[in-house]
Amino acid sequence: MSKESTYIPKNGFAKWFDQRLPLPRMLHDNISAFPTPRNLNYWYTFGGILTFCLVTQIVTGIVLAMHYTADAGLAFASVEHIMRNVNYGWLIRYIHAVGASMFFLAVYVHMFRGLYYGSYKAPREILWILGVVIYLLMVITAFMGYVLPWGQMSFWGATVITNLFSVIPVVGTTITEWLWGGFAVDNATLKRFFSLHYLMPFMIFGVVILHIWSLHVTGNNNPVGVSVKDKQDTVPFAPYYTVKDALSLVCFLILFAWFIFFNPNILGHTDNYIMADPLVTPAHIVPEWYLLPFYAILRAIPSKLGGVLVMGAAIAVLFIVPWLDTSKVRSATFRPLYKQFYWIFLLNCIALGYLGSQNPEGLFLVASRICTAYYFIHFLIVMPVLGLVEKPRPIPESITKAVLEKLEIKNSKEEAKA
Amino acid sequence: MSKKDTKEPSRRDFIFLATGAFAAAGVASVAWPIVDQMNPDATALALSKIEVDISQIDRGQSITVKWRGKPVFIRRRTDEEIQMASRVDVNSLPDNNARNYNLTADSSASDENRALDDNKEWLVMVGVCTHLGCVPKGQSLGDAKGDYGGWYCPCHGSHYDTAGRIRKGPAAKNLDIPIAEFVNDNIIRIG
Amino acid sequence: MKNYAYIKLFMIIFSFLSFFMVTNDTYAAAGEQKRVEKHEWTFSGIFGHYDNAQLQRGFQVYKEVCSSCHSMNYVYFRNLAEEGGPGFTPEEVKVIASEYTVLDGPDDFGEMFEREGKPSDNFPPPYSNINEARASNGGAYPPDFSVLAKARSTERGFPWWFVDLFTGYQEQGVDYIYSLLNGYNEVPEDFKLQDGMHYNVYYPGNQFAMGQPLYDDSVEYADGTEATIEQMAEDVAAFMMWAAEPKLEIRKKMGFKVAIFLFVLAGLLYYSKKKIWSRIEH
Repeated sequence: MSKESTYIPKNGFAKWFDQRLPLPRMLHDNISAFPTPRNLNYWYTFGGILTFCLVTQIVTGIVLAMHYTADAGLAFASVEHIMRNVNYGWLIRYIHAVGASMFFLAVYVHMFRGLYYGSYKAPREILWILGVVIYLLMVITAFMGYVLPWGQMSFWGATVITNLFSVIPVVGTTITEWLWGGFAVDNATLKRFFSLHYLMPFMIFGVVILHIWSLHVTGNNNPVGVSVKDKQDTVPFAPYYTVKDALSLVCFLILFAWFIFFNPNILGHTDNYIMADPLVTPAHIVPEWYLLPFYAILRAIPSKLGGVLVMGAAIAVLFIVPWLDTSKVRSATFRPLYKQFYWIFLLNCIALGYLGSQNPEGLFLVASRICTAYYFIHFLIVMPVLGLVEKPRPIPESITKAVLEKLEIKNSKEEAKA
Repeated sequence: MSKKDTKEPSRRDFIFLATGAFAAAGVASVAWPIVDQMNPDATALALSKIEVDISQIDRGQSITVKWRGKPVFIRRRTDEEIQMASRVDVNSLPDNNARNYNLTADSSASDENRALDDNKEWLVMVGVCTHLGCVPKGQSLGDAKGDYGGWYCPCHGSHYDTAGRIRKGPAAKNLDIPIAEFVNDNIIRIG
Repeated sequence: MKNYAYIKLFMIIFSFLSFFMVTNDTYAAAGEQKRVEKHEWTFSGIFGHYDNAQLQRGFQVYKEVCSSCHSMNYVYFRNLAEEGGPGFTPEEVKVIASEYTVLDGPDDFGEMFEREGKPSDNFPPPYSNINEARASNGGAYPPDFSVLAKARSTERGFPWWFVDLFTGYQEQGVDYIYSLLNGYNEVPEDFKLQDGMHYNVYYPGNQFAMGQPLYDDSVEYADGTEATIEQMAEDVAAFMMWAAEPKLEIRKKMGFKVAIFLFVLAGLLYYSKKKIWSRIEH
C-alpha cells in the first residue's frame, strides 16, 4: 500500500533539492516516518543488525584489500603482514573474520523469526524469496572469502566444494575446470575468488535494497500476525524503532566484541593457520560453523550426485515456503501444534550443524540421515498438513487490541501480587 | 498506564544528548583505525632510518643507497671538488638555501652548510631532481656530470655543482640533504 | 507457558544433550592420544599478559635449540623490542640481530651475498627452502614457528567446545605444545615404532617425526632459572604464543575498554528507549 508522503522540507535548500531529487523525501518516508506496527519485539531488530553487519564487512573488507595479495605464493604471508605490520591490521582482520560469523548468526535468527511469525505468508512472498536470495549470496560470498587466507582449510574446503560440480552429467568436469581455471584449485582460482568475493557484497547490497523496498510496500508483519488496520496500530519508525534497533545492536556488539577481543580464533579452524599444501590433506575437512548443516546433509547421502542434489534441495525448498504452509493463521503464537514442530525443527537444524563437524560414520551417519530426512519432512509434510488439521487459537481483532489485552493481563498480575 | 507528557525538556533531553554524544565518541574511535591503517606500516617505518657503512668509500667515490624508497647519493669528495664548491659566491646561486634538514631552515647554501662533516669530504643528498623528480646522472664514473662538475639531470637539463646545488636549468632548488649523522667513523645513519 | 510445556521442553533439551555426550565418549575412547591437560598461562583470560622474563627465556630456548630446524619467517628482530613482547631494548635487539647472518642481494655484480642481520630483518630460515628442510629431517618438514601456536589444538569434547566459546580459552595450541614436549615417555613393550620415528604419548598415533628436543639443562638460562624440561617447554611455548599473537596484550587491553564503553552505551540506550516508549502504551 503506497502511502502519501508526509515530508515537509524544512528550509529553502531542502525544498530546492527535493524538487530535483526526492532523496530526502524518500529517506524521511522510509526511515523517519514509516508507520511500523507498535508491537514489534526484539526478534524484529535483526534486520537492522544485518544491515550493520553488511556495512561492517564491506568497510573492513575494502580496507583489508588495500594490504592483501591474492596470489597463492603471497596470500598467507600478506595476511600475516596485515596482522603484524599494518596499523590496527590485527583488529580489522579479526573484525572481518568474526564479523562473518556474526553476520550468519544474525541471519539465522532473522530467518527463524520469519518462520515463527509467518512473515513469509501472503502478501510477503517476494520479501521472503528476496531474503533467501540474500542468504544464498551470503553463503557464496563467505565460501569464497574463506579461501583467501590460503590456509589448509581454505584450500581443501575449496577443493571439496568445487569438486561437487563434477557430478553434473556430461559437462561436469568441463565446468569444474572452468571454475578452477586449471586442473585443480590453484593460483587462478584464488585470484578469481578474490575478485568475486569483492563484487558479491555489492550484489547483496542491491538485493537488500529490493528486500527493504518490498517490505515497505506490504508493511512489516508483527508478532500476532494480524495486519495493520488503522493508524493507532502503528508508530513512526523514528524514534521508536531507531532507539530499539540501536539498543539491540549494542547488545549484539557486546557479543561481537567479546569474540574479537577475547577469543577471535575460536569460531575458525586451527588448520587454517597452516599454509595450503596440495600434497597434504588435513585429517578432517570442515567448513565454517554456519555451513555445517548443509555439509551434514551433503555427506548423509551415499551418492555424490545425490548428496549435491539433496543439499541444493535443502536451500531450494526455502524458496517455496510461502506456498508450503497452508495455515490461515500467520503467527505461531496462535498455532500451538506448529509451535512445537517449530522448536523440534530448530533443534534438528542445530543437530545437523553438530553432525556436520563430525565424521560421517557409525552413529553420526545414521543421525545425519535421520536429521536430513526430518528437515525435508518439516517443510514438505508438516507445514502443508498442519495448516489443514490444526485448530489455531483465536487471533486478536487488531494489533492495538492485542497490545491492550496484554497490558491488562500484565497489570492484573501485578495487582494480584500486590 | 501512559505517562503524561510533562514539560521537562531539559531532563528528557539530557539522556538523549548523553547517549548521542557517547555513540558519536564510539563512532569516532572506530573511525580512527580505519584511517590509520593507511599510514605507513611497521615495515615501512622500520626502514625509515638506515645505517650505511662508508668505510670502503675512497676519496672521489660515490655510492647510491635506497632510503624511504628514494635514491640517496653519498659522495666522498676530492680536495678539488671541495675547492670548486667553496670558491662560489653564495649570493650568485639560483637557490641560496642550504636545503639541509640538519640545519635551520634559513641557512645559506655555503659549502660548509652542504657537507655533512667538518672536513667537508662527505656529501649526502637525496638523488631526486628538484624540478620534476628524475634521478640525476653523476654517480658513476662514465656519467655526464654537467657543466659544474657535479650532477646532471638528463630529463630537462638541470646542472648541479660539486656541492649538489642547482646552477643552471629548470630546477629551482638545491638537492635535499636529509637528516643524517655519523654514528662513528665508518657508519652514517640517515633518517 | 503451562507446566507440562516446561517439562516437555526440558525432556527435549535433555535428550538432545545426552545425545552429544554419548557420541562424544565413544569418540574419545577410540584414540590412543593422551588427553592434554589445561596448563596455566599468564596470558590466558581477560587480563592476560605476557611475562617478559618468560618470553626472554623462551626466546633463548628457540635460539639455542629449535632454530636449527624451525624457521620463524614472519617475526622480525624489531618485534623483540616492541610493546607487549619480550621487552628487549632497541640496543639489545641490534646486537641480537647482528649475531645472525642474513641473505641479501643481488649486488651490483648480480650475486646474492650474506650480511649481518639488522633489526628490520625477519628471522632467517635454517634451510633455503622446504625441500631442503624435508631432506635434512627424514622427509618431515619442521613447521615454521610464526603461527604454530595457533595452528595446533586439542579436542576437548562436549560440553567444553561450547563452554570455551565464552570463557576466552584460546590456549589449546600452547597446552598441546607444552604437553607434547613433555610427552616423550618410554616406548611400551608391545608398541611397534617405525624406523626414524619417536614415541610420544600426546601425538595422535603416538609416532612422532621429531625426536625429543629438550632434556634437563639443554639450555643454561641467562637469568639463572633451573632449566628442567617442564620449565623450558613452558617458556618456549609461551614464546611461541607471543610469536603467533604479538598483539595479544594490546588486544585484550583494548577489549576491556571497548566492553566498558559498550556496557555504558547499552545502559544509556536502555534508558533512552524506556523514555521514548513511555509515550505510548506498550
